[in-house]
Amino acid sequence: MIEAVNLTKQYGALTVLDQISETISEGERIVIIGPSGSGKSTFLRCLNCMEDPTSGSIFFEGVDLTDMKVDINLHRQHMGMVFQQFNLFNNKTVLENITLAPLHVGLKKAKGRAARIQLKREVEARAHELLQRIGLDEWADKYPSTLSGGQKQRVAIVRALAMNPKVILFDEPTSALDPEMVGEVLDLIKQLANEGMTMVIVTHEMGFAREVASRVLFMDGGKIMEQGTPEDIFDNPQCPRLKEFLSKVI
Amino acid sequence: MGNFDRKIETFLRVFIDQGGYREVLIGLKNTLSIAIIGLVIGIVIGTAIAAVRVMPKYKILPRILNNICSFYVAMFRGTPMVVQLLVFYYVLLPLMGANLPSVTVAICVFGLNSGAYISEIMRGGIQSVDIGQMEAGRAVGLGFWTTMLKIVIPQAVKNILPTMGNEFITLIKETSVVSFVGAMDLYVAFNNIGSNSYEFMIPYLVMAVIYIVLVFLIAMGVRWMERSLKKSDRSR
Repeated sequence: MIEAVNLTKQYGALTVLDQISETISEGERIVIIGPSGSGKSTFLRCLNCMEDPTSGSIFFEGVDLTDMKVDINLHRQHMGMVFQQFNLFNNKTVLENITLAPLHVGLKKAKGRAARIQLKREVEARAHELLQRIGLDEWADKYPSTLSGGQKQRVAIVRALAMNPKVILFDEPTSALDPEMVGEVLDLIKQLANEGMTMVIVTHEMGFAREVASRVLFMDGGKIMEQGTPEDIFDNPQCPRLKEFLSKVI
Repeated sequence: MGNFDRKIETFLRVFIDQGGYREVLIGLKNTLSIAIIGLVIGIVIGTAIAAVRVMPKYKILPRILNNICSFYVAMFRGTPMVVQLLVFYYVLLPLMGANLPSVTVAICVFGLNSGAYISEIMRGGIQSVDIGQMEAGRAVGLGFWTTMLKIVIPQAVKNILPTMGNEFITLIKETSVVSFVGAMDLYVAFNNIGSNSYEFMIPYLVMAVIYIVLVFLIAMGVRWMERSLKKSDRSR
């Protein structure tokens, strides 16, 4: 589904990603772990071209996203993204946060007033459904500033879901949360995983990684140093850097 | 104070009996329309320029646009408003063979001039909005301009409202330069009253009071807008 080919990212003289080639197939739940500065967030952000790679290509369903002629907005509609800092739209209500993109995309295609009203009704019904799922429907008309961190992140996740993405990219989804709110967000991600959603997750939660991952990538120094099933990585690590990393975090 | 009473009498005679108030009303209307319409034009131009200047510059077109905008801002910030007004009215218009009322020219010049200043205010406002807001918009597949218009600029406007009020006040006061191209504004109206009666003290005093009242009303309006825009903020 996503294929990175010789992906390299440099900031000036600093090489953050070093010739990474990796394929992510449909239904996989990839968890990327590694020390800070290892390039794992940058790798994730390159997958939907939030960062532009210095060289190399990203193929999403066979289309090269790094090609300037490709309409990146069209493809991003199928790749959800969840940020460390939630990034809910502060000037929009919770409901509007979820409906904004589906309405924007749909209204371009909708012909005539009746079709537009129909679309708005459908999109809002779907948004309420998603909010009910995370138990926040009564917050629909509130602004994000009134929500707790965990609530914000769960809204951010259903905002991504509202576009019916084929894959969701999670960039350290629990790192900015108070400890007591980590659980509610991880539970929601686990639910999505069980439903078969393809996902790529950068995280520092090792227990969660072991539980949810179908494959774990260990990154260090801009390279994927080791990868395998959670059992391989956590119970039987091979490379010394991974052993050292695990000994510090577990 | 008998002298002062006489001055007031003279002023009232010219102002009311001889119809001086009509000129003042026209002057007030012109002052307000130059400042208000100028501000609106300035906001549109300024916002567009600011958005261009924060655009990612991978492609050629944004870079060209950016250079044009930089040139525009440099021109209009680098010359006094009076000079711009004179150049438009006495140089550019005759060259184009056009003939426009001086108030219309003043509105255009004030709009173009404040556009340059507002673009810098707006750029600061846009940059004060967390970069994550733009990223989140782009991540759900919205384009740069859509995200700018629906997400970033509304939040930027809230941040820069006090500065924009300041800009509006500056515009109101600076309208007094339009007399250079023969437009009737508050200053010209009161100056005429003074000339007709050879008595300038009271007309200028009343003029100053009118400016102060105008500015006070604007300041109140801005504070009211700030309050009503705060509804999406944390409760303070």
